[in-house]
Amino acid sequence: MNTETFYYDNRWAKNFLIATMVWGLIALLIGLTAALQLVFPELNANTSWLTFGRLRALHTNGAIFAFVGNSIFAGVYYSLQRLLKTRIASDALSKFHFWGWQLIILSAVITLPMGLTSSKEYAELEWPIDIAIAIVWVAFGVNMFWTILKRRERHLYVAIWFFIATFVTVALLHIVNNLAIPVSFTKSYPVFAGVQDALVQWWYGHNAVAFFLTTPVLGLMYYFVPKAANRPVYSYRLSIVHFWALIFLYIWAGPHHLLYTALPEWAQSLGTVFSIMLIFPSWGGMLNGLLTLRGAWDKVRESAVLKFFVVAITCYGMATLEGPLLSLKSINAIAHYTDWIPAHVHIGTLGWNGFMIFGMIYWLLPRMYNTSLFSQKMANTHFWIGTVGIIFWALPMYVAGFTQSLMWKEFNPDGTLVYANFLETVTQIVPMYALRAVGGSLYIIGMLVMGVNVFRTIKSGNFIKEEEDSAMPLTKVFKKAKGEYWHRWIERRPVQLMVWSLVVVLLGGILEIVPTLMVKSNIPTIASVKPYTVLELEGRDIYIREGCNACHSQMVRPFRSETARYGEYSKAGEFVYDHPFLWGSKRTGPDLHRVGGKYSHSWHYNHMLDPQSMSPGSIMPRYPWLFGNPLNTIHSQEKLNVMVKLGVPYSQDYIDNWEHYMDLQAQAITDDLREQIEEVDVEKSDEIVALIAYLQRLGIDIKAEN
Amino acid sequence: MLKFIKHHMDSIDGIGLYPVLSFLIFFTVFILMLVYIIAVDKKTMKARSSMALNNNELKAFENENQ
Repeated sequence: MNTETFYYDNRWAKNFLIATMVWGLIALLIGLTAALQLVFPELNANTSWLTFGRLRALHTNGAIFAFVGNSIFAGVYYSLQRLLKTRIASDALSKFHFWGWQLIILSAVITLPMGLTSSKEYAELEWPIDIAIAIVWVAFGVNMFWTILKRRERHLYVAIWFFIATFVTVALLHIVNNLAIPVSFTKSYPVFAGVQDALVQWWYGHNAVAFFLTTPVLGLMYYFVPKAANRPVYSYRLSIVHFWALIFLYIWAGPHHLLYTALPEWAQSLGTVFSIMLIFPSWGGMLNGLLTLRGAWDKVRESAVLKFFVVAITCYGMATLEGPLLSLKSINAIAHYTDWIPAHVHIGTLGWNGFMIFGMIYWLLPRMYNTSLFSQKMANTHFWIGTVGIIFWALPMYVAGFTQSLMWKEFNPDGTLVYANFLETVTQIVPMYALRAVGGSLYIIGMLVMGVNVFRTIKSGNFIKEEEDSAMPLTKVFKKAKGEYWHRWIERRPVQLMVWSLVVVLLGGILEIVPTLMVKSNIPTIASVKPYTVLELEGRDIYIREGCNACHSQMVRPFRSETARYGEYSKAGEFVYDHPFLWGSKRTGPDLHRVGGKYSHSWHYNHMLDPQSMSPGSIMPRYPWLFGNPLNTIHSQEKLNVMVKLGVPYSQDYIDNWEHYMDLQAQAITDDLREQIEEVDVEKSDEIVALIAYLQRLGIDIKAEN
Repeated sequence: MLKFIKHHMDSIDGIGLYPVLSFLIFFTVFILMLVYIIAVDKKTMKARSSMALNNNELKAFENENQ
């Protein structure tokens, strides 16, 4: 049989790589802005779209889907062709994929600061964009499988298994978590409510980390680390165990985000058990990556690429040890809702993802431009600035996390809280927030150094659009080697591999989610819990729009320190009408689940206008636009209709006469405000009135019962 | 559409078996994989582990290790 000559397409790998650098810088600059706002809250300039609650979502989405996302695609488009000895299947699909993904990112950059959000973390984008993501993702999958089908290499290398598992699982997670009924083109309500919504969200959220930030990047590790070290993978056996064990176990671990919440106890325990088991495949993978450098450690001294890879893999090891430890209930009780969690996350994103990406860029770009890196010295400088940046980012956040958590839990001998005012625990850690911003700045400076280096490298070379290679085509009939094992069978069959990966991840989902969705006893109903009034529902949507849940939880855990501070702990039955759930994941400010009735209307009014006037030293931004904006009620009736479809019991009379009911409640709040504050300029149609109605409603149903 | 997603899985007879079945498949596949890992021959594994490297890179590595 004759050898065939063919050409690898470098264009889309290059475009994705450049998009990685551009969006990466933007995403991190937004992160830095948000970090600085926690030190200088006035940095929102009294502007809605510059406010922390909205920027935070933009930062996380940008870092995950724009920075890491583009880098994954760059790595896949480069490695897939070479591992399969064939050109990528469709130039048109590659083009569609690239531009479609950039448009999605652009739409996120526009809609998230506008406050168009579903509030579900890392899935904030509204439904039309969700559909676009699904379409572009499928285009990517088709292009990948088509390429696999026309390959000249019989066996699929382990990196490709990771890419395939990424493709199927992300598709599954994305679709299930974004199931929603639209109210309008820019607003929807998720089909799940309360506890179920929380479980689905964190099944998604945790696996977004697993299957977007981990498995595809592991695929890149299995390709680029052997390349850069010029060594075969340390153990292929280990990589097989690594792959199957990782995708098997990861999918079960989601509930560890919900320990001590109103989620049923059995689901919490299941999440913990599988999280602990995850240490083994994760560390197996880490060791496999590091040991690939056996006999090449001397090269690490010279090569910036290898330095980046070594620290990246080490950070992967650190984060995947820390993750299981954090899912132990006793540790979680301390760490959850504190800055320990962002510290843990950023070891993963800045260390593992970021440094893998930088290593890949420094290795790949000179090759695609047929030149050598402009300056090794600059790359090494980038490495050191970046490493110091990560340390300065993470260490202060660990200190802040421990400090605040201990302050939350400290009691006087007479049984009262030492720091009864939540604010004292915030002002204590503001210096740590400032140090974190320094760490972030250093990391960004490192990226700018890389930018210059990359620019000069590109200038000095010529881009190789098409790269020639040759290989024998596959024979039609493959003769099975004698005594072959079943796994080699699957290594030759991409479609079966995809199906089995899907089966594997579905198993975890089924076992965890099915019982919660169907067994009524898991969510005991509470008779006194009633649906929100139409005004409260509108207020709740403002709460979602402003991203209040980025800083405030709505979940009082059953600890003495929390019930003493906030009141009765939260019950699953209290959230049955919450589409979406708003439990939050971080307490930069206090929990709000029992805030209803705690303060007067006027307190909330003044607090939203100028938080420092009510709580001197507060780092909450001002929300002046809520006082001028009239409440948009165009979709109010439709919102009620959608809620009814979702099983919320509004009467037909209530839906028909919603305006009357809204008017009554708004008038009462406005009258109170006029009574409480002299010369107040408030109209009953102001947005702030709806928000106050919602805040005053929070958590009071159960008080009524008592 | 919605009724297939919400509240209606309880209409499936014996759905309680699904989680048990999931668990069994989970362990079976896992054990099978481990059996394979232990039994597979060394030569195949060695060839697979250098798939990321092209011929030149592989030669360079082999020369280095001679």
